[in-house]
Amino acid sequence: MPAIEILGITKSYTVGFFRNKLRTALQPLNLTVAEGETFGFLGPNGAGKTTTLKILMGIVFPTSGEARILGHHFHDPEIKKKVGFLPEQPYFYDYLSAPELLDYYAQLSGVAKEQRRKRIPEMLARVGLPDVGKMQLRKFSKGMLQRVGIAQAIIHDPKIVFLDEPMSGLDPIGRREIRELILGLKQEGRTVFFSTHILSDAEALCDRVGVIHKGVLRGIGVVEDLKSQNADKSEIVWHGAHALNAVKEMLEQTHVTGETVRAVVQTTNLDAVLEKLRRERARLLSVTPLHGTLEDYFVAHTSEKETVQR
Amino acid sequence: MISRLSAITFNTFREAVRDRVLYNLILFVLLLVATAPLFGQISIGLDRLILINVGLSAMSLFGIVIAILVGIGLVSKEIDKKTLYTILSRPVRRWEFIAGKYLGLVMTLAANACLMAAGFYLALLVTAHGFQRADAGLFVAIYFIILQFCIMTAITLLFSSFSTPIFSAIFAFALFVIGTFAEDLRNFAALSHGPARWLVTAVAYMVPNFSALNVISQVAHDVPVSGSLILYNTLYAVLYSAAATSAAVLIFERRNLK
Repeated sequence: MPAIEILGITKSYTVGFFRNKLRTALQPLNLTVAEGETFGFLGPNGAGKTTTLKILMGIVFPTSGEARILGHHFHDPEIKKKVGFLPEQPYFYDYLSAPELLDYYAQLSGVAKEQRRKRIPEMLARVGLPDVGKMQLRKFSKGMLQRVGIAQAIIHDPKIVFLDEPMSGLDPIGRREIRELILGLKQEGRTVFFSTHILSDAEALCDRVGVIHKGVLRGIGVVEDLKSQNADKSEIVWHGAHALNAVKEMLEQTHVTGETVRAVVQTTNLDAVLEKLRRERARLLSVTPLHGTLEDYFVAHTSEKETVQR
Repeated sequence: MISRLSAITFNTFREAVRDRVLYNLILFVLLLVATAPLFGQISIGLDRLILINVGLSAMSLFGIVIAILVGIGLVSKEIDKKTLYTILSRPVRRWEFIAGKYLGLVMTLAANACLMAAGFYLALLVTAHGFQRADAGLFVAIYFIILQFCIMTAITLLFSSFSTPIFSAIFAFALFVIGTFAEDLRNFAALSHGPARWLVTAVAYMVPNFSALNVISQVAHDVPVSGSLILYNTLYAVLYSAAATSAAVLIFERRNLK
């Protein structure tokens, strides 16, 4: 049974002074995420990532279509006991302390009092906040708040965790901490669905990714497969600079150091270049396929230029 | 359901209690009550009467102000700060959220009313050097003030479920003022003729009847309040609050939270 099934969900908003213009935020979206999978939902700002998550969480209603979570309708309150959610740049009740906040959310998720008493200190220790005591959240740094956010998302031991831009706005140390926490969730076998526009995070964490742009799912697949779609070049290194003239026209980049030549060639021209180098009696040192990056794939599938953080 | 409802109620109460603006308002009312004996010294022989009028009116007015100021932010603040996102992603029904918020604010206002009543009775003790049997009747007036808070909270919640905080405050306060003159409006309706009569009657019965809930002047003159009025006012407050809160739920159930 898939953990998440999105079945043709669309979302349109009426805009303008008279609310007579229709703006489509999400085209029919079909997506399936398997249990235990870490799925990255990629896209530039305004692509439809947060809208999708808001629909799945019951915060906004879809114009059409539906979704199923662990086989149940996504609005079923019972299934929400098995779901955790961290919104983008979350703000929590700043008059509460971290244990009070976790107690509140755990109570809303139906966690019994005895379990709450045991689980709250465990959870705070897990996210690296064991000693926050009664300090109110208004005194927390952004990184600390994000860690509290992760804690509230998993305080009720959910099977699926939805995270909206979990690394957004954090410094490199904060990003690494959150990344490790997500890795921990993955190792525990939880399904993790997170949206991001930070591609290095998706590359490091995800089993599969989907790329969305202007409300349309542009591509979906295993990270390595997507990267290899752009792996159409190879790097050749050989000894014998005299052979350069014979293959020069087929090379894209060349770098000569003494007799050693390093060059990049289209994979389609690779055989022809190697044949000519043999004829010229050049000594081949290495041939290395150049891997595409997720950024290459991302840029290729998002037609408009957007800021991409690496 | 009870656990979720009580969690939201208690958290709303906790938020209001930890809000410093609330403390300032309570302090202000307590100061007002404490200075009431000074008014009494100006009006020789009427100090108790003036204290009751000023004290209970201040209690009512400031409670209403707190109900509006806190009530307008009950829903909108949760949406603006996205705290609602983490609540609705849990097994919380939207009606549970609204009902919990309503009960939490009513609980806050009732607690405030109790604190203000304690201050008021203290001032009464200082002024009159003791309590009279008629002072027990003042509890009815305080009870009616709490009923006003229940209605006002429901109205504010209704406006805040679809409008901006500033407009919610304006609508709610306007309705409070109109409701204070509800009896006059009903009398005016009785004197009207033709279609205007139907219209004014409909409006007169739709606005909350705060004038029936105001017995301050009556108890200040030691006139007892009838048991039937207590019963009718209680039923009226419960039904009016339930209707306004249900309307708020109906709107909120369909609302897309951007």
